[in-house]
Amino acid sequence: MQKSITPPSATHTGVWVGIAAIIMSFAAYTSAMVVRQGSLPEWHHFRLPPILYWNALVLMASSVTLELARQRIGGPFDRLGRGTTSRPWLSWYRVTIGLSFVFLIGQYLAWQRLASEGLYLATSPSSAFFYVLTALHALHLLGGIGALFYALHVLRADDGPRPVDVLSAVAVYWHFMAVLWLYLLVILALWV
Amino acid sequence: MDIVSASAIEHPPAQEHHHTAPTGFIRKYVFSLDHKVIGKQYLGLGLIAVCTGMVLSWIMRYHLAFPNKPVPLVGLFAPTFAAGGVITPEFYLQLMTMHGTIMVFFVLTTAPFAGFGNFVLPLQVGAEDMAFPRFNMMSFWVTFVAFLVLVTAFFVPDGPPLSGWTAYAPLSAVGKAAGPGQGLGQSLWVVSIGIFCIGQLLGSLNFIATTLDLRVKGMTLARLPQSTWAWFITSIIGLIAFSVLLPACVLLLLDRVAGTSFFIPSGLVVSDALQPHSGGSPLLWQHLFWFFGHPEVYIAIVPGFGIVSTILPAMCRKPHLGPRVLIACELAIAGLSYMVWGHHMFLSGMSPMSATLFSVPTLIITIPAAIITLLWLGTIYGSKLRINTASLFCLGFVSVFVTGGLSGFFLSQPSIDTYLHGTYFVVGHFHFVMGVAAMFGIFAGTYYWFPKMFGRMMSETLGKWHFALTFIGVYATFMPMHWLGLAGNVRRYSSFPSDYMQGSLTLHRFITFSALFLGAAQLIFLFNLLWSRLRGPVAPDNPWEATSLEWSTTSPPPFDNFGGRHPIVRHGPNEYGVSGPRGDYIMQTDPPVVGAEGA
Repeated sequence: MQKSITPPSATHTGVWVGIAAIIMSFAAYTSAMVVRQGSLPEWHHFRLPPILYWNALVLMASSVTLELARQRIGGPFDRLGRGTTSRPWLSWYRVTIGLSFVFLIGQYLAWQRLASEGLYLATSPSSAFFYVLTALHALHLLGGIGALFYALHVLRADDGPRPVDVLSAVAVYWHFMAVLWLYLLVILALWV
Repeated sequence: MDIVSASAIEHPPAQEHHHTAPTGFIRKYVFSLDHKVIGKQYLGLGLIAVCTGMVLSWIMRYHLAFPNKPVPLVGLFAPTFAAGGVITPEFYLQLMTMHGTIMVFFVLTTAPFAGFGNFVLPLQVGAEDMAFPRFNMMSFWVTFVAFLVLVTAFFVPDGPPLSGWTAYAPLSAVGKAAGPGQGLGQSLWVVSIGIFCIGQLLGSLNFIATTLDLRVKGMTLARLPQSTWAWFITSIIGLIAFSVLLPACVLLLLDRVAGTSFFIPSGLVVSDALQPHSGGSPLLWQHLFWFFGHPEVYIAIVPGFGIVSTILPAMCRKPHLGPRVLIACELAIAGLSYMVWGHHMFLSGMSPMSATLFSVPTLIITIPAAIITLLWLGTIYGSKLRINTASLFCLGFVSVFVTGGLSGFFLSQPSIDTYLHGTYFVVGHFHFVMGVAAMFGIFAGTYYWFPKMFGRMMSETLGKWHFALTFIGVYATFMPMHWLGLAGNVRRYSSFPSDYMQGSLTLHRFITFSALFLGAAQLIFLFNLLWSRLRGPVAPDNPWEATSLEWSTTSPPPFDNFGGRHPIVRHGPNEYGVSGPRGDYIMQTDPPVVGAEGA
């Protein structure tokens, strides 16, 4: 006796529900930061490391390369949406994964830069929020990288969900990561 | 399945399959992907947690009734914290904290929502399983780990935390200096609740995706049973609430272990030592916590709404009055639940304007709650109610919900709450409206779905005794707390040996005896569970002559729920009191009946 696979619509719903939960979490962090900044006369502003802006470009570029990869998945796919791994799209996919690691390295360099200036997690409320927000975004992004590798695994598997459906769901999450980083960059630039 | 028409089921479309039925013990019963097993695991965890929480409450109640006497056996099991069985004020607060935390998180959240929801929801929508079985398994085991982490606090040097289930900062944030249990014990509490949030988020995600995307052919949203609607709405409430509590726990943990100052103000002196923190806001914790905390009330109680609204029409043998109005009211309650958190903070120093702003939606939320109650009463009115344990607990649910709701009406007024907030009035209120009502929903659900879960009927005789004694016990235990509160008896005090409250000792002793009586009554339930599981009469597929899909499969259901076939839904779940092929009801999978078409 067997059970059916999860339908693509449920996978998409799951991704969007997960995104809703992440939005609520970051809304909570944002409101906490706004309350703290508003109620604290000695809130210490500091200048964001410039590399963060380059990181934003890197992450947006990775969204573009992921879309380029998806556009090049033209088949031939069988009834279940499977193809072969030796397709032109794969190189764009690999570039996407590479850019994601470039972004993470960039974030690490930003933290190093702040640490060299004597700004650590517990130094001031503004630095605390900076580290918490950027670290949690990086954690969520690591989840996205895991999803990118999972999609590759699905492509090579003989059964399981259709790769095109998985890729579609992963892309939604990945683009959200880029949008979330842009949002964080704006509020960090304004408040910390 | 015998009467189900062949036209009402179909074979699944040709597609790949996986999740073959496991054969090994570990995959079948421990790390199972089957929603039915996971539902039972959640209910088992809830049972262990409720027994733990109840024992803690007995110790507290015994001490309140006999403040100068050692509590029997406690000195043996907790020699470090209660030498010779004598309960110190600090240990009393530690017991209170653990009682509240275990009951709210690991009983009232897990059993009615995750427990019954996991077992029943996929069956009621006609699915083979939850949308994401692996997430579902993770959800339970993450929750189980959270429970283990929490109870570990009993075994660390300073014991469990004493800051209450609300873990108010800065008491919960400054660490060991704040008192016994505020060191490692409080850290374990924060980690446990953070882990719990992750488990519930995974669960909510599954419930939402399953309800929206795994419904069988013909199962429109309008045809979903009331219980599925309730679990769906609860999962939305939980998704938002736990998404906020998780960040709050992260920030609190950082304050405790990383030296940050999110919740610790400048210049705070604790135990004669200036705390090395600056600029935090204790009120920020209260806002974040209660933004979760008030919706948590509805996470506990809305599944009970659904359970009662599913069982009542089946027992009344008539359609539920205003089923769509009921759903609309639950949605209204879900929305309003996020606008009222400040009514827990009237004494936090907020401005009178803010208090009014939180008071008004609190009063408004009583309107959909009252409509729901009237819909239940209207459904019962004029019906030929089948008196059995499930229906009795539904009636009990309505009673305790109304009782608790009425006292909440008083507490929603800032001026009255100023007097009552720190008293036993609040203890009586939330035990009725959140604790007992949710427990009655759990009991009703257990007696109703036990045949489907285990293929055996529970003893009705034992069940009715269980209901009668429990009903008497809860009113005897929690109603006098309102009188204590009106008399100004403060809560969270471990004893009242030599002040004006000593006059309340007689009533406290009555409450303690009632609580012990109430606990003893639950032994009947435990025995009934065990005896019925082993020796109960074999259950038919549809013992209650109910309409929803779970009753159209075998008791218990097969691994894939419907034996490789997909039911086709042709009726709503509210087809009672009609002329159908089986009697006075039409199951959701029955062929169309002229003159009795479902919704």
